[in-house]
Amino acid sequence: MKDVKQEVRTFLGRFFHNLELTDDQNFFELGFVNSLFAMQLVLFVESEFGMQIGDDDLDITHFQSINAIANLVERKKVAA
Amino acid sequence: MNIRTIGVVGAGVMGTGVAQNFAQSGYHVVLVDISDDILAHAKQTIINALRLQRLLDRSEQQAASLEETLQHITFTTDYRLFTDVDFVIENTTEKWEVKKAVYHQIDAICPEQTIFAVNTSAISITRVASVTSRPERVIGTHFMNPVPMKGTVEVIRGYHTSEETIATTTELLKTAGKKGIIVNDMPGFVSNRVLMLTINEAAYLVQDQVAPAEDVDTIFENCFGHKMGPLKTADLIGLDTILYSIEVLYESYNDSKYRPCPLLKKMVDAGLHGRKNGRGFYRYQ
Repeated sequence: MKDVKQEVRTFLGRFFHNLELTDDQNFFELGFVNSLFAMQLVLFVESEFGMQIGDDDLDITHFQSINAIANLVERKKVAA
Repeated sequence: MNIRTIGVVGAGVMGTGVAQNFAQSGYHVVLVDISDDILAHAKQTIINALRLQRLLDRSEQQAASLEETLQHITFTTDYRLFTDVDFVIENTTEKWEVKKAVYHQIDAICPEQTIFAVNTSAISITRVASVTSRPERVIGTHFMNPVPMKGTVEVIRGYHTSEETIATTTELLKTAGKKGIIVNDMPGFVSNRVLMLTINEAAYLVQDQVAPAEDVDTIFENCFGHKMGPLKTADLIGLDTILYSIEVLYESYNDSKYRPCPLLKKMVDAGLHGRKNGRGFYRYQ
């Protein structure tokens, strides 16, 4: 679980310069990123953690914070 | 006229968007380009775009799933599949020699009632019509980028374009969620003729050191309520495309007001093409 959060944090660091994000902060609400970033995030999660995000899971609430992403990855790993 | 199959020529940025839009509107689409690599990239672009739409708006009663929409599109390098298309939207490179060759080919293959819609920002619709056997069925449809998100299309009436062609086209656009505004055929039509001048002049402001790019854009955004200033817009369209468009206007009108800004030429020569390759008036990740 810790690894997942760290990987995500590293990735986000490229977009949120000099910003310390907490695990449950909704980064879309911070106003720094747009919808294209959302797609980049999905693609990152898929390639980094080797999973396919299907239609059902393509929900912005699964990607809006480090915790949300970690939960999604954990859930899909268990299901696999 | 009952339109069921749309032929889309060119799987670049615009053609891919057009194909996606019409597939989502329920049409069968035949998307043609010269290489399988380009087509594969187009398919991936459409997949990403559809997924992004889904990600951002789950409330939309999107009946069609990703798979269903993709099934509506045939990706091919073979023009012969156009023997069955009812309406063609052509989005190839903005160069006369390229377009002329395309129209020769599709004119010979498509049924005689098929309409040819030229998605161009610069080339004369009347001229395109002249290299086909169906000038009354040739029309301009200037889509905006990104196609699925921009609801208005500049529809251009060529010299011989018939009222029937115009009616069929605007009706088709309506079914794809678009509103067509009909204008007459003159280089640059409405959108590009004014926009290119604006962008060119904004580039001069930077060249002449009147203000840096950010400030030029901010003035337009804050004072006039423009969503995006002229230089951000230039980067989005592509500086090479902007330069090419203004050169076409300069040659068409022989009017010095369209003389390309030397800074723009220099930037394009230096490889600064805008958002598409990471650097223009601004830098991109």
